[in-house]
Amino acid sequence: MAAPRLFRPASRVLSSRLSTFAKRPAFAPLCAQSALRVRNYATEGGVKEVTVRDALNEALAEELEGNEKTFILGEEVAQYNGAYKVTRGLLDRFGPKRVIDTPITEAGFTGLAVGAALAGLHPICEFMTFNFAMQSIDQIINSAAKTHYMSGGIQPCNITFRGPNGFAAGVAAQHSQDYSAWYGSIPGLKVVSPWSSEDAKGLLKAAIRDPNPVVVLENELMYGQAFPMSEAAQKSDFVLPIGKAKIERAGKDLTIVSLSRCVGQSLTAAAELKQKYGVDAEVINLRSIKPLDVETIIASLKKTGRLMVVESGYPMFGVASEILALSMEYGFDYLTAPAVRVTGAEVPTPYALGLENMSFPQEDTIVTQAAKLLRV
Amino acid sequence: MLFRVAARQAAPLRRQAFAPLTRRSVTTDAASAHAENIPQEDDKPFTVRLSDESFETYELDPPPYTLETTKKELKQMYHDMVSMRRMEMAADRLYKEKKIRGFCHLSTGQEAVAVGIEHAINRDDKVITAYRCHGFALMRGATVKSIIGELLGRREGIAYGKGGSMHMFAPNFYGGNGIVGAQVPVGAGLAFAQQYNEQPNTSIVLYGDGASNQGQVFEAFNMAKLWNLPVLFGCENNKYGMGTSAARSSALTEYYKRGQYIPGLKVNGMDVLATKAAVQYGKDYAVSGKGPLVFEYVTYRYGGHSMSDPGTTYRSREEIQRMRSTNDPIAGLKQKMLEWGVTSEEELKELDKAARAYVDAEVAEAEKMAVPEANPRILFEDIYVRGSEPRWMRGRTVDETFYY
Repeated sequence: MAAPRLFRPASRVLSSRLSTFAKRPAFAPLCAQSALRVRNYATEGGVKEVTVRDALNEALAEELEGNEKTFILGEEVAQYNGAYKVTRGLLDRFGPKRVIDTPITEAGFTGLAVGAALAGLHPICEFMTFNFAMQSIDQIINSAAKTHYMSGGIQPCNITFRGPNGFAAGVAAQHSQDYSAWYGSIPGLKVVSPWSSEDAKGLLKAAIRDPNPVVVLENELMYGQAFPMSEAAQKSDFVLPIGKAKIERAGKDLTIVSLSRCVGQSLTAAAELKQKYGVDAEVINLRSIKPLDVETIIASLKKTGRLMVVESGYPMFGVASEILALSMEYGFDYLTAPAVRVTGAEVPTPYALGLENMSFPQEDTIVTQAAKLLRV
Repeated sequence: MLFRVAARQAAPLRRQAFAPLTRRSVTTDAASAHAENIPQEDDKPFTVRLSDESFETYELDPPPYTLETTKKELKQMYHDMVSMRRMEMAADRLYKEKKIRGFCHLSTGQEAVAVGIEHAINRDDKVITAYRCHGFALMRGATVKSIIGELLGRREGIAYGKGGSMHMFAPNFYGGNGIVGAQVPVGAGLAFAQQYNEQPNTSIVLYGDGASNQGQVFEAFNMAKLWNLPVLFGCENNKYGMGTSAARSSALTEYYKRGQYIPGLKVNGMDVLATKAAVQYGKDYAVSGKGPLVFEYVTYRYGGHSMSDPGTTYRSREEIQRMRSTNDPIAGLKQKMLEWGVTSEEELKELDKAARAYVDAEVAEAEKMAVPEANPRILFEDIYVRGSEPRWMRGRTVDETFYY
C-alpha cells in the first residue's frame, strides 16, 4: 500500500495536502491587550472561560474515569493536590490506588511507570517539572521509546509523561530549560505542547489514549491563564489529533510558527504588527512537536512567502532550527526572504528579572524581528 | 600504637583458627543435595534434601531445606540446561565465524539460575533481565531457532532482526535490556501492575553484581518495600561486573543484604535444585503480600563478559578451570540423577543426544532463515504501534522519507 508513495517527492505531498487546507475566516481586527480572547468561539453558544490548569485537570479526571488501566503517579500528585494543583481533587475522587504519591526518585518512579506500561497498564507519569526528568530521561528514551521497535513490535508501551516545561519566572538556570528539541528528536516518542485550554485538554487526552509513549510538555506560566472553551471541547469525548497544527490567526504577509507559551506572545505581536504596519501575520500553533505538521507550515509559507519561528528553547539544534531546515527542503521556492527564528538566548537562564527577560523571546523581540524581515 | 600492633599480632592466630567455623558461606557445589527412596514412576513426587549450605538469609527465615520433585522434572531441568549450554556454544561458534554482529554476552556456567527460576514459577509470573538474556528467553518459551535467528539478524528472529543479542521479548518476558540497572525499576513496575491487577503472581527482576551499585536499583528497592510489591529482586553474582571483581566495585559484597530494609536470601546458584527451592519460597512470600525480597544467586560465568573478552586478564585460568570441573551445574545434576537412580547412564546419554540434536537442528534452521529485506517498509515498521504511526518518517534524505 505504501510502496508507490515511498519516494514521493515532498513537494508533491504538500500540493496534495493543499486542497484539504481549510482557510479560516478572516479574524476581527485584534488589539494587543485582548489578543488571547478574540477567537472565533464568540459566535458559538455555551463557551466557557477555563484555565489551562482546569482543562488539564478535567482531561485527567475524564481519562481516569473512562479507563481502569489508567493511573497517575508522581511527586505530590495526591495528598498535596499537585505541586501546581493540576491534579487537584483527583485523590478524593479516584482514591490512592490510582492517584499515587511517589518518593523523590525520578529514575525509579519513571522506570516503575514504564514497567507498568509494558505490563499493560496506561500510566500517566507526572514530573514536577521536566527539568527533573533529566534524572530519568534514560527510562523515557531507552526503556519507553525504543522497546516497541527493539521487540519487533510485540511489546507496546502506552504511557504518558507530562509536566511543566520551558521557562518559568525567576527560577534560574536549573528550572527553566525547554526540552522540546530533546524529546522531539527521538523516534518512538510522540511529543505535544499545548498553549490554550482547548489544546491542553484535547492533547492530554489524545496522549493518554495513544498506544505509544507520549511526552506532554506543558508550561507553568500558562496554568493560570483562562481561555474560552467551546461547548464541544467541554465534552468528555473531546480529543485533538496528535500531529496537527492549528492556525490561530490567518494572515497573508508572514508566517509565524510557534508553540506553547510563545503562541500567545506571537498573537500579541501579530496584532501589533497589524496596528503599527498594517501587515497580516499568520500565526501557527504547532500543538505537536513530533510528529511535526510540516504540511500546514509549508502551505502557509506558500501563501505568505516569509517564515519566522518563535520558541523559547536554546537556539542551537532546536525546534526553530529544525523548522528552518524543513522550510528549505520543502519550501525553498516559496521563500521570498531568508527564514528567521526568535528563540531563547544561548545562556543558562539568569535569575535577575532584566537579565531573564533578555534570555527569552519578548513580544517586542518578535515584532522587531518581523518588521525587519518584512522590511516595514 | 606499639601496643595496638602487638595486640593485633597476638590475637590473629586464634582468630584465624576459628574463622572457617564462624563464617559460614553458601556453597557453590552443584551436587550437594541428597535423596533416598526414589520411586519408580516418572511423575511420582519424592523429597530431595538440600545441603544446609544452600542458603544464607538476611532478616528472613530460611526456605525449607527440602524440595519436592519428580524424576520427570529432574530430566526436564537437565534437558533445559543442556539445551541452553548447547545454544550458547552455537552462538559462540557463530560469533567466531563472524555471523553474529555487535555484542554477544553468553551465560555458559550460569544455566542453573534461569532454569531453577523457570521451574519455580508459572507462565503468568513475569521475568526481566539485563543483556545476558538468551537463556531466560529460552526458558520463557522462545524457541532456539528464534533466538539464534535473532543473533544472526534474521527476519524470523524473535525480535524480527530488530533487537539482536540484548533485546529479546516473549510473553511475560520483558527483555533483554541494554542499560545496566535500568531494568530494575522497570521490573518493579511489572510487579506494580500485578498488584494493581490483583494477580497472584510475582516478578523476577535480575541484574548483575556490577549493576547492583546503580542508584536506581536502590530507588526501586525503596518503592517496592514502601508499596509491598510482589517482586523478587535477584542479583546474579558471577563475581565480575565486566572485568571488575565484586570486591573492587562494591563496598558490601553481600548483595542479599543490600536491600537493608528488605529481607534477603543468598542462594547456591550453581545448584538448580537449591535455586528452584529458593524462588518457590520467595514467590509464596511475595504473593502472600509480604512484599519484596532481595536474592543473590551465587554463580559463575565461564566465558568472558562478552565475546570480545577472553576473560583471563582479571581472573586466573585456574579459577575458571576449578569452577568448570568441580562446580558445573549440569555435571552436578547429572551426578545426582545417576546417584539417585533417576536415570541410567544410557538414558542420560540419550537425553544428551536428544537435546543436542534438537539444538543443532534449530540452529541449522536459523542459519537458513532469510535476512530482513533492506527496504524502507521493514526499516520503519514498528517504531510506533501499527495504525498509530505519524504519516511519515524521515530517511537519510528528503527523497527517502517513508510514508506509512
